[in-house]
Amino acid sequence: MKILEIIFSTSFGYAILRVTTPILFAALGAVISDKAGVINIALEGIMLMAALWGVIISAFTHSAWWGLVAAIVSGVLMSFILAYFSLNLKTDVILAGIALNLFSSGGTIFILYLVAHDKGISSSLKSEVLPQMTLPLVNKIPVIGPIFSGHNILTYIALLAVILVYVLLYRTPLGLRIRAVGENPDAADSVGIGVNKIRYIALLLSGILASFGGAYLSMGYVSWFSTNMTAGRGFIALAAEAMGKGTPLGTFFASLLFGFAGALANNLQSLRIPSEFIQMIPYIVTIIGLVIYSSSQVSRIKKVKEQ
Amino acid sequence: MKEILKMQNITKVYPNGIVANKRVNFSVNEGEIHALVGENGAGKTTLMKILFGLEQPEEGAIYLNGKKVSINSPFIAIKNGIGMVHQHFMLVPSLTVAENIVLGIEPRKRGFIDFKKAVEITEELAQKYNLKVDAKAVVRDLPVGMKQKVEILKALLRGAKILILDEPTAVLTPQETEELFEELLRLKEKGHTIIFISHKLREVKQISDRVTIMRHGKNVGVFKTSEVTEQDISKLMVGRDVVLKIEKTQHKPGEVVLEVKNLTWINEWGKPTLKNVSFSVRSGEILGVAGVEGNGQRELVEIITGLRKFDKGDLLLDGKIINNLSIKERRELGISYIPEDRMVYGVAAEASIAENLIADRFEKREFNHGILTNIRKIASFSKYLIEEFKIQCSSFNQKVKMLSGGNIQKVVVAREFSSGPKLLIADQPTRGIDVGATELIHKKIIELRDRGTAVLLISADLNEIMELSDTLIVMFGGEIVAYFDDLSKVTEEELGTYMLGLKKQSYEEIRRVLYA
Ligand SMILES: Nc1ncnc2c1ncn2[C@@H]1O[C@H](COP(=O)(O)OP(=O)(O)O)[C@@H](O)[C@H]1O
Ligand SMILES: [Mg+2]
Repeated sequence: MKILEIIFSTSFGYAILRVTTPILFAALGAVISDKAGVINIALEGIMLMAALWGVIISAFTHSAWWGLVAAIVSGVLMSFILAYFSLNLKTDVILAGIALNLFSSGGTIFILYLVAHDKGISSSLKSEVLPQMTLPLVNKIPVIGPIFSGHNILTYIALLAVILVYVLLYRTPLGLRIRAVGENPDAADSVGIGVNKIRYIALLLSGILASFGGAYLSMGYVSWFSTNMTAGRGFIALAAEAMGKGTPLGTFFASLLFGFAGALANNLQSLRIPSEFIQMIPYIVTIIGLVIYSSSQVSRIKKVKEQ
Repeated sequence: MKEILKMQNITKVYPNGIVANKRVNFSVNEGEIHALVGENGAGKTTLMKILFGLEQPEEGAIYLNGKKVSINSPFIAIKNGIGMVHQHFMLVPSLTVAENIVLGIEPRKRGFIDFKKAVEITEELAQKYNLKVDAKAVVRDLPVGMKQKVEILKALLRGAKILILDEPTAVLTPQETEELFEELLRLKEKGHTIIFISHKLREVKQISDRVTIMRHGKNVGVFKTSEVTEQDISKLMVGRDVVLKIEKTQHKPGEVVLEVKNLTWINEWGKPTLKNVSFSVRSGEILGVAGVEGNGQRELVEIITGLRKFDKGDLLLDGKIINNLSIKERRELGISYIPEDRMVYGVAAEASIAENLIADRFEKREFNHGILTNIRKIASFSKYLIEEFKIQCSSFNQKVKMLSGGNIQKVVVAREFSSGPKLLIADQPTRGIDVGATELIHKKIIELRDRGTAVLLISADLNEIMELSDTLIVMFGGEIVAYFDDLSKVTEEELGTYMLGLKKQSYEEIRRVLYA
């Protein structure tokens, strides 16, 4: 079987991590904002904006690092707008998030046209990509080496971020406050914790993580920006967070599952299967994943009851 | 005696136009236990929320130790040595006791939370004030009395010199109340000032040094507690002589209407919240369910009304199994329901009074002309119920959310009672409403009973349940632990021992509630 041959190759393992990276960043962003009790549905738009600004600024400064900084700044700005509308002006956070996504989808094309005189792709800009890293020693190990070594630096940062988010949420005062605010805002308020302040911080952190994901897409995964290149990854990230039960580790594994599906779709394009069908795979996996997740919840409750 | 706190000329108008405090003056001396009493809705909580910075007054000033202060957030209140234990606890269920206690002032080690230190702090504090808590327990699993201790410790850790307790005994059994009182006296010895809100006058007499009485948002009197009687206080509270007894005749039970058989319910965390519960309710009888909240009452009510699906046990109405009937089918068979949370399950707050009154029968022929509603019929029906249940409103077209709590509850009661139910499930029917509305609802429940309805009454208010019920079961830990067929032979203290799980009747004694 050709498919099995593909799946059990080291290059496929490498591809999984590569495809997982942007989803993982955004999903960790979802973890933080969800814990604080605000759903950041604007992850998609934040990623998209970040992807564009990364490309533009890296092209002008000839530095991928300045591109990354610009991507993060755009993420902070976007989530600040979301926070201001939902927390200060009390707009429904879902509506504000949808508005930001629509804004990004159109706005990025507009800006792209202004800067690159093209409505589809940024190829006229000489943008930079972030470096790939060969892990010394690890790259010598058979099987492990080819899978784990040689990734874009952001892939390693994403893996590190899983641990950092865990430590933040469960080991620091800020994390305790984020969890308290999400679970019982009145309780937090009554001990003098500024609920809005904590939610601002959570949304900004969430935006920063998502913008890393966006920067990776246009300065690592590929080396250009193209319209709507996030292709729903911000929403897949929300699904991954839900499947991961909102914990950093669970979310990591759920993101890997989606990474697997994405990598599979990419690889099957070499086979004679209609590409439209193959491109559906990640989304179908999202739906199946959520169904399995929720039915396993139900059966777990049932099992417990039967004892 | 030094005056530690003075609130002067406090006026508070809520956005919905309710004037909760009218030019209230309130003064507390250092080191005293000061009771603040008044009926539900008198404005006690509002006044204390203003003191704690949760609400801003339209007018008035607050002085602490003679100095004027402006308290515009709980943070400032805490800094000024004010602590508050709210009526609804302000705890984070998934965190541990220690985490809840240090929340916002977490001990740190190199930027991280020092969990060990948090536990130490909690244990030291608990030791110092003799408030026994398990620092590592998760708050979700704690009984109410324990949560209250956590709340008190929380306030003390933040340096509260003035401690406000908003109806702390409402959720406690008599035994837990005694324990709380001992703790309060110990706090007083250590120099703390305590403001104690209650409308249970016996407790006020027992624990307080002075008492301030509120009625309709005004301060109507301040006394040394030893110089007034319970009768005096209650007269000022209500503005007239109160009938403390509910008038009712001996009940004449008929056939069994509802029979619950071996009902078991296990929650999401695998804990059984109902264990093999069996009982029956007869027509013309009010069966009370006593118990500390969270001992299975909610699950029981939701299963009987059909809000919750279940798979172990049987429900019989008039001898027929109704296990799998929908809520609507159950209502059609004659089950009525006054829910605990009236704003969520009782009314549609945005809809009018009339719309709420016909919510369970709008599709009946009498309220329609073909496919259109019969507005005239609905109007006359609503007017009749508004009259009958003394609902105070401007018209039947008024939105329900504009009404006061007592009147909203009357809308629910009017709808549920007017369908002529066989079985009424009344879950906390008078919680948080004024005495007038409470009296009316009690009277109507007894009227229903006398017309042969079977009534299942769930209430956390011991007084209400003792006065209103004909027979009584007590629930503890998801089980029925006692059955009484003659309430004149039980005292509140005795009930308390069952409610706390200190005592349990024999299987045979409890079985009597099946009347078989
Ligand atoms: N947040 C609020 N918005 C509008 N009205 C309120 C609010 N809180 C309380 N009220 C109203 O203010 C009055 C006083 O309430 P409260 O201070 O809670 O009384 P008490 O604590 O004495 O029972 C009541 O009529 C109540 O319905
Ligand atoms: Mg109150």
